[in-house]
Amino acid sequence: MTASFSKYLKIIVALAGLTLLSGCGINNIPTFEETAKAKWSQILNQYQRRADLIPNLIETVKGFAAHEKDVLTSVVEARAKATSVNLPKDILTNPDAFKAFQENQSAITGALSRLLVTVERYPDIKSNQNFLALQSQLEGTENRISVARRDYIEAVQKYNTELKTIPGRWWHDWMYPENAPMQTFTIEPETSEVPKVKFN
Amino acid sequence: MQTVRIHIYSLLFIILAICCGVPGNPAYAQDTFPKLTGRVMDYAELITPATKMKLIDMLAAFEAKSSDQVVVATITSLEGRPLEEYANLLFRHWKLGQVDENNGVLLLIAKNDRQVRIEVGYGLEGELTDVLSKLIIENIIVPNFRANQFSDGIYEGAEQIIGVLSGNAAELKARARRTNQPTKFSSDDESVPWPVYLFIAAFLALGLFPILASIFGKKLGAGRYKWLGVIVDVRGSGNNRRGSGGGWSGGSSGGGFSGGGGSSGGGGASGSW
Repeated sequence: MTASFSKYLKIIVALAGLTLLSGCGINNIPTFEETAKAKWSQILNQYQRRADLIPNLIETVKGFAAHEKDVLTSVVEARAKATSVNLPKDILTNPDAFKAFQENQSAITGALSRLLVTVERYPDIKSNQNFLALQSQLEGTENRISVARRDYIEAVQKYNTELKTIPGRWWHDWMYPENAPMQTFTIEPETSEVPKVKFN
Repeated sequence: MQTVRIHIYSLLFIILAICCGVPGNPAYAQDTFPKLTGRVMDYAELITPATKMKLIDMLAAFEAKSSDQVVVATITSLEGRPLEEYANLLFRHWKLGQVDENNGVLLLIAKNDRQVRIEVGYGLEGELTDVLSKLIIENIIVPNFRANQFSDGIYEGAEQIIGVLSGNAAELKARARRTNQPTKFSSDDESVPWPVYLFIAAFLALGLFPILASIFGKKLGAGRYKWLGVIVDVRGSGNNRRGSGGGWSGGSSGGGFSGGGGSSGGGGASGSW
């Protein structure tokens, strides 16, 4: 057959290759990775927002219940500990760093919820407008954190699955060998426990 | 020689096509949520018919003005799920708000759980803040609900939401202007716009047919094959091919109300009565 025929076929195959390769998931690993990273930024963003709200909250509560020192300092300390840590670049693929991050943040969560339970005993604080505003912002932030975490877990699940299943595994071996599975959140029993309200 | 080469190319093509034809990522299993058919989804039957009419008119008029989608939903029970999570998933399932603006608001009432939530889309978090949402719930909705005035509580709550969203007139206008621009594709459901399908179909029809014909068809001469009653000349131009039949029935199923594609990241506030 003529040369033009094989040329024609080559063009078709090249075109087919180009269009279909992207459908085959050659780009999936970097795409999913970026998605997961974006979700991660969202988590950091919300944790930062929470950390920013804490000093105001502490000041407000101090005005009414300065003698609740233990609860107040535990919040301050937990916040200080979490914000003092510089997150390593590889935190998403580094199990130890990720675990430390998660523990620091859940320490804040725990301390905050203890503070809010303590505050229940002070009707004056509860009717304070400033406190109510802070409380609803804090609740909103906690809720955004849990949404962001859920989104992140989903994105990581998708990314990690892509690394382990065919054809993603082939692309991983062939094109992106340096991509490692990402860490995800685990629910810790002690922090998921709702603090008990004591009626004396 | 040539035939061998054809077969290698064709094989490659077919392997690729098969490999790519398999849908990659099945959507994550969603809870079974009620379908969105209107602005007021009163599953718990808390709203009187007259108020419902008023409410729908008010919400529709507001969307026409601002493009913000405010939707009211009442359900009988959360069935043990956390209110916040349910509200967020329902909001995302219904895709409230316009796609680029995320300007939706969901007022969700769970009757038996005695819980209420205002879930705010990403785009409105700056207007309808957590604090304002909380105030609407605590000062308007909860007192009404405690007095068993569900209809009034819901209507007044929605009125307040719209009031807050209308508060910043300049921003409201800007939002409406941005979204009033003609939308690109109003595709039914998800992701892939129909031109992509059209392109793929055309590509397959143009590219694949001669190849298949050269494999399965009857050879008539140099580069000429007959397959499925069509004579194909694979040497270059001048293909003699059956016109592709079958029209494209695209477009969305009209009628009713649907979400604009917006999303929410958990903004808003909750309360209980």
